[in-house]
Amino acid sequence: MNSYYNADDLKKFGKVSDFQKNLGDKFFAYYGDVFKDSELTAREKSLIALAVAHAVQCPYCIDAYSSDAFEKGWSEAQMMEAVHVACAIRGGASLVHGVQMMNKVKEIAM
Amino acid sequence: MKSLLAEHNKLAIAAEQIEILQHGQPGGFALVPFQQKLEETGLYPLNPTNIETFQVNVGKMCNQVCKHCHVDAGPDRKEIMTKETMQQCLEALKNNPSLKTVDLTGGAPEMNPDFRWFAEEIKKLNRHIIVRCNLTIILANKKYHNLPQFYKQHNIEVVSSLPFYTQDRTDRQRGNGVFEDSIKALQMLNEIGYGKDGTGLILNLVFNPAGAFLPPSQHALEIEYKHALMEKYGIGFNNLYAITNLPISRFLDYLLQTGNYEKYMEKLVDAYNPIAAQNVMCRNTISVGWDGSLYDCDFNQMLELKLACSSNHISQFNIESLNKRNIVIGQHCYGCTAGAGSSCGGAVT
Repeated sequence: MNSYYNADDLKKFGKVSDFQKNLGDKFFAYYGDVFKDSELTAREKSLIALAVAHAVQCPYCIDAYSSDAFEKGWSEAQMMEAVHVACAIRGGASLVHGVQMMNKVKEIAM
Repeated sequence: MKSLLAEHNKLAIAAEQIEILQHGQPGGFALVPFQQKLEETGLYPLNPTNIETFQVNVGKMCNQVCKHCHVDAGPDRKEIMTKETMQQCLEALKNNPSLKTVDLTGGAPEMNPDFRWFAEEIKKLNRHIIVRCNLTIILANKKYHNLPQFYKQHNIEVVSSLPFYTQDRTDRQRGNGVFEDSIKALQMLNEIGYGKDGTGLILNLVFNPAGAFLPPSQHALEIEYKHALMEKYGIGFNNLYAITNLPISRFLDYLLQTGNYEKYMEKLVDAYNPIAAQNVMCRNTISVGWDGSLYDCDFNQMLELKLACSSNHISQFNIESLNKRNIVIGQHCYGCTAGAGSSCGGAVT
């Protein structure tokens, strides 16, 4: 192993069941169900997955859902807006803690 | 953009394409032979079920030069079916009532000077006609403006490519301005009843991926197309066919130029679906080339893979021997058996 991330490993995702079949099988069955057309379409879910992939910064997920979202018809601009949503939430999550900082400073300041 | 032939690209030669498909690129990986896949799934040799569709390619001339075109069609292509060959096609239809549907393709089939005569003669034989109309031809020249009326007069089913319901993806694949003209042409067809409930005038659209990927679910895509086209342009249509791009001709060139060839082939092989393989269109279709040669499908035609049968020209059309032949296969066939499968009528599963 000379790299922590290898693009070919994405194809081996299913192999995680080799070490723990029961939990692996349950996960993939659940995963498959999550992405089916239901209250949200598979197409909408793909765009959400793309945004989440960026929020969790998973290169495998970004690889998979960039292809999947584009294949399902989302445009480049729509996909980038989804990434901005992830970015805004991540940035906002930091910034909203600024209120906590302000509260603390106000508590101790004269 | 020009045809591969006009550019003197080596992929304009069918044998060059077959060489790449069979042996890959130098240093590349070896694909599982398609024949082996068929054998493993009990489908080799692949035989016809019953030939019902008579697909005629009336010429390679086209007003468009699309990036993915498997015909390498364009304005510079002069291969055109003659009236004599059309007459031989009519003779074959007359003698074989089991050929229920005639599927007219090209190029832009309407650019053949005898197209309308041919269609009228086919209708006299009481056959259903499908025309693969690229839409923009209707606006390309004044003499084509009344094509929608001609189609209506003869109750011809129109099947038209619209690779996506947005301008950017469509124009990227089919050329600048194609989307706008396609929308206008669709509106003209709608105005006279095509794609409208109760008229019996069928208008089907074709999606094919604008890149190196497989089509998504045909059903889900049809819902999106219908919603988007109606909301934005007031356009209605009957069915959407999702068609996979086969790795031949200009699409093969695109795959090689962009470094996508191996990944795309791997994707097709991984997605091999034996149920789709059972339902491939070559089992119930015969494809006639512009010069009267017979093929198992339009793709074999472009790869110049003639029928494995003594009756391999329209002048010797013999349905009994055609129904007994083994279908000629190659690595490109993975395109029709991937995922939900692909045919001129869309998904096959």
